[in-house]
Amino acid sequence: MIQALGTEDLPAASKVQVRGLNVTFENDGQPIHILKDIDLAVAPGEFVCILGPSGCGKTTLLQVLGGFLAPTSGGVFIDGEPVIRPDPRRIFVFQERGLFPWLTTEENIGFGIDRLGRPERRARIQRYVELVGLGGFERAFPHELSGGMKQRAEVARALAMNPDVLFLDEPFGALDSITRLTLRRELLRIWEAERKTILFVTHDIEESVQLADRIVVLSLRPATVRRVVEVDIPHPRDLSSRRYLELRDSIGAEIGLAHRV
Amino acid sequence: MGAGYGTSSDRIAPRMRKAWVSVSGVAILAAAWEMAVRLETGSLLPGPFAVVRAIGELAANGLLWKHLVASLFRVTWGYLLAVLLAVPAGMLLGSTRRPEQAIGPYLEVLRPISPLAWIPIAILWLGVGDQAAIAIIFLASFLPLTLAVKNAVRRIPKVHLQAASNFGLGGAARVRKVIFPAIAPQLIVGLRLTMGIAWLVVVAAEMIAVNSGLGFLIIDARNAGNRYDLVVAGMVLIGMVGLGLDTALLRLERLPALRWGYANASERR
Repeated sequence: MIQALGTEDLPAASKVQVRGLNVTFENDGQPIHILKDIDLAVAPGEFVCILGPSGCGKTTLLQVLGGFLAPTSGGVFIDGEPVIRPDPRRIFVFQERGLFPWLTTEENIGFGIDRLGRPERRARIQRYVELVGLGGFERAFPHELSGGMKQRAEVARALAMNPDVLFLDEPFGALDSITRLTLRRELLRIWEAERKTILFVTHDIEESVQLADRIVVLSLRPATVRRVVEVDIPHPRDLSSRRYLELRDSIGAEIGLAHRV
Repeated sequence: MGAGYGTSSDRIAPRMRKAWVSVSGVAILAAAWEMAVRLETGSLLPGPFAVVRAIGELAANGLLWKHLVASLFRVTWGYLLAVLLAVPAGMLLGSTRRPEQAIGPYLEVLRPISPLAWIPIAILWLGVGDQAAIAIIFLASFLPLTLAVKNAVRRIPKVHLQAASNFGLGGAARVRKVIFPAIAPQLIVGLRLTMGIAWLVVVAAEMIAVNSGLGFLIIDARNAGNRYDLVVAGMVLIGMVGLGLDTALLRLERLPALRWGYANASERR
């Protein structure tokens, strides 16, 4: 299928292109259709949220984008090249527990960059330790850090590789709501400083409206792209502005959420 | 961290108390033992003083070192050989499907066979001597260690393996930087358990397959004149060396880069 798609007809402006993507799993001989005919284009430096209910296949989509899972048909192209395996130029930040528990914060952050010379490696580790606000915890092991600190360290580890695309799979899902809000603000600050292309999977409507340039709303299984929402609110976003509430509620209505609890 | 706030005398006091409790425990036990032996007249069993004297005798005539070194020599070789082969074998079986499916059932059949059941075959193939004893220790250690490593590899969280791929690690670098550290805590538990088995087995193997070592000392002391003081002296030495080996391996579990892997890691910091 991948060969059938010429790379030359892809829009040159896209960083990430998803073309006619289908994923089917086999379970006890029964095929289960997870992703159906997904098409998607992401511009360089864009922040895209993939939003959908739990279990709809968001993570599967991100796994295919990251090269961890081969699609049943269709393909993913990054910079025009088909994605067939994971690549250090595109780093995946896992839901939780992605840090290596046997390494300290600084060793984790420096994990992927030992090909750099010592002073350069040191400098880069220090830069990202500070960028994510983990100064003073360089020598701590992951089990000595809080959930939010672990998540920051994982983002720092990804950024230290200087990737051009970051895949984040519900990175703040397991954190308390205050930490979650702080980390969102920090992620935006980092994104504005580093301008990576970000694909961010979440099931949280508010989170997607706070963060994304565009929100890709997925349907229930088999997941299709239900709607793509442009979030035309400049950062920093006012969470009580009319436009914010309007977008939030229209996506909620789309997914079928009631306005009252 | 808690201990860090106390003064040094605060920290020593509980340790002294603990040592005092252990010493008095041993003393009470020894006294009860001595008394029981004295009450039972005509018993062949030695009391604690006779055992200490027997250990002194063995130390003085050089037999203690000869037998101790012989046992440690066999355990070292059989165990090291097993570790060197079991770690890669376990990694292979843990990270691939097909070899596991092919070999797994045989391992399950071999597992319930006591390593001592191999003694006749070991003697048949290798003759009476060090090689047979080493082979038996190897067999006793290899299987449990292989299975421990295999299971540890199976339990590595998928995210760590995916992160390794994402960071471009393959082949040897992947093993060295991710798989090995990920299994290290369980590997050390496996090494400790296996060392215990090896030390149990060497004694039994020496009773049959060779004519030196602590196991031989015990069987020889009985056969050559019912020297039960030497028998119990041998038992005490076996116990002390086994404890020493276990303590040495237990120290590894305290390494900072391993502490995460043990259940109460969060309480130990």
